[in-house]
Amino acid sequence: MRTVLAAIAFCLVGFAVSAAPTRPVVDAVITAAGMPKKLSEFGFFKDSAGWQPNEGVELYQLNSALFTDYAEKYRYIYVPAGQQAVADGDGRLQFPVGSALIKSFGYKIDGKDRLLETRLLLHRADGWIALPYVWNAEQTEATLKVAGTRLPVRFTDPSGNERDISYAVPNKNQCKECHSLSNAVVPIGPKMRNLTHDTLDMLLSNAMLEQPSRDHPPIPDFGNTAMPLESRARAYLDINCAHCHNRQGSASNSGLFLTYEEESPVHLGVGKRPVAAGRGSGGFQFAIAPGQPDQSIMMHRLKSLEPGVAMPEVGRSLVHEEGAALLSEWIAAMD
Amino acid sequence: MIRTLLAATALCCTMPALAKTITIEAGANAQERLQEALILAEPGDVVELGAGKFELTDGLSLDVDKVTVRGAGMDKSILSFAGQLGAGEGLLVTSDDVILRDFAIEDSKGDGIKSKGADRIVYHALRVEWTGGPKATNGAYGIYPVEASDILVQDSVVRGASDAGIYVGQSKNIIVRRNTAIENVAGIEIENSFDAEVTENLVTKNTGGILVFDLPNLPQMGGHNVLVARNAIINNNTDNFAPEGNIVAGVPAGTGVMVMANRNVQVVENAIINNGTTNVMVVAYTQTFDDPNYDPTPREVYIAGNVHGESGFAPDFAGGNELAAAFGGALPAVVYDGLGEGLIVNDAVAVLNLGLTKVGQAPSEAKPSLYKQSGAGETVALSPIVLPASMEAALK
Repeated sequence: MRTVLAAIAFCLVGFAVSAAPTRPVVDAVITAAGMPKKLSEFGFFKDSAGWQPNEGVELYQLNSALFTDYAEKYRYIYVPAGQQAVADGDGRLQFPVGSALIKSFGYKIDGKDRLLETRLLLHRADGWIALPYVWNAEQTEATLKVAGTRLPVRFTDPSGNERDISYAVPNKNQCKECHSLSNAVVPIGPKMRNLTHDTLDMLLSNAMLEQPSRDHPPIPDFGNTAMPLESRARAYLDINCAHCHNRQGSASNSGLFLTYEEESPVHLGVGKRPVAAGRGSGGFQFAIAPGQPDQSIMMHRLKSLEPGVAMPEVGRSLVHEEGAALLSEWIAAMD
Repeated sequence: MIRTLLAATALCCTMPALAKTITIEAGANAQERLQEALILAEPGDVVELGAGKFELTDGLSLDVDKVTVRGAGMDKSILSFAGQLGAGEGLLVTSDDVILRDFAIEDSKGDGIKSKGADRIVYHALRVEWTGGPKATNGAYGIYPVEASDILVQDSVVRGASDAGIYVGQSKNIIVRRNTAIENVAGIEIENSFDAEVTENLVTKNTGGILVFDLPNLPQMGGHNVLVARNAIINNNTDNFAPEGNIVAGVPAGTGVMVMANRNVQVVENAIINNGTTNVMVVAYTQTFDDPNYDPTPREVYIAGNVHGESGFAPDFAGGNELAAAFGGALPAVVYDGLGEGLIVNDAVAVLNLGLTKVGQAPSEAKPSLYKQSGAGETVALSPIVLPASMEAALK
């Protein structure tokens, strides 16, 4: 009997091995301590230009996305072979150790798509680590820049305006400022409610995500004018602000909490006086003055480009006109 | 024998790598070199700043525990943020057991140095300055620890902050000692904090000298146990240059010490001289708020043993001059709104009681009179603040 069981076990092991062939992604580089100098060391992409994801690296989409100076973003999920992410009670995806979230940023420059940087979130045994890689001019390799950098960029925005900016690649600490929950690094985007329907289908059919035990109603694409104004504005705040402005985030001390679930009007900013805004207040009394977007600190800071006033504090050197218009409309409609 | 050797080897392996000193000099590409050093530093390391002016283009940040950042002196190693393009402060610290000492931060676009959730932080012999003097376009806070336990700010100089020079918010166990706060809106501010000592500071030419505040709708409220002792609080008559909307924008120029919505605050043995509105103001939070957990009144405030100089000769609030005239040309050295309970003033000065009876009442409804305290005028001294020995040792 024991022999039979042993034989079955042997077969199962054999099966598991054949079902999970070695992948081109180098798992050991993801999980080992240290900070690899080159993006190519991970094997996330087939091509040296970083456009063709390797086996196991899947492109995914969000319902609403963070504004980063109109940069195009390309997001990928990697989960080690034979393992799955699990949605927790809040719908936040809990990834197994060895997973990676990969996000490339670029612009169409002179008619050609070019990448500026690729940011990695690697899940190691001792937690997530965030690393920024900057692409070379030849677009053949991206190199680790823990201290971040600034890159001059000229591009045409969606409204056809020529833009000339000093694009900021965040340093490793700035990555954490946004990706921080109770002082630990965590992913922001991959929550059930914020992954598109197609992405969820893909993750489930690839067995990268365990079938969730309950529904997580999606948040809308804030650009979809067919959706109610309130939920579009709240979706915008959630994805652009709430990673810091929540009770465990980098802006916890502000008392301004902008998550999609927040129910207290004053913590959302309605009639809330500033605490440590300094000149960020713009001389206004309240984060949100209902019916008066032009008297609201929130709008003042969203529309400002001055460091020390502009919000978010990192990753924005342009005003997101469409986002500002949406929030302005939302505040104007408040009683 | 073998076992002993193995044990010894194991011990060696578990010991951290030897602490090292990483020296960064001013010069080209200072931003990237210094930021990289702050990121790659390991616990125990010292990041040493050479003498000279570091021209920085973005905020700096430190997120490694037990790191010391040390310059050659507050007038020698200068981190200049005049050309800053991004970030909300000059230097942000988010790790524990950090020591910052002997350098300067100049002209940051937002706050000077902010530490958030950074326990056991020592700020020593630093200078944070907006070199153009008091301006509304200056950053808000100079030295800004928030949401932490065990904070020591000592022998530092802060000038030009458009909110508070030294601001400690939502924290516990705090010593602010022997600093100079000059030409800020608020010299030193302790806000929504528990167990703080503000001692032996020179606080001058600010709008308000030392503020002890509590505000609603914040994660930590109920500020209490604050000692303000042996400070020189002199000539704080600078026009208020805070941007509107901020709580300090409402502080009258010429305020020496202001206690608002706090409990167990002791203002003792200070020299409080030449403050045009009043030397000490004890008041409730006056603005509307929606927060059932917030107490807007001042409670158990004790004022004793202070040396009072001239004050109240230029009250900076509506109706102030009329009120001063009624009291013989100057407001009394202590002004109390009449709200809360337990105010004791043992100094031999007049105390004005505005006679308000409810929070948020208009000043026009005040019924001014001289304050008569009930009881024996005694209180229990606050327990001394004790910081971990490692923090005091860092000052040596």
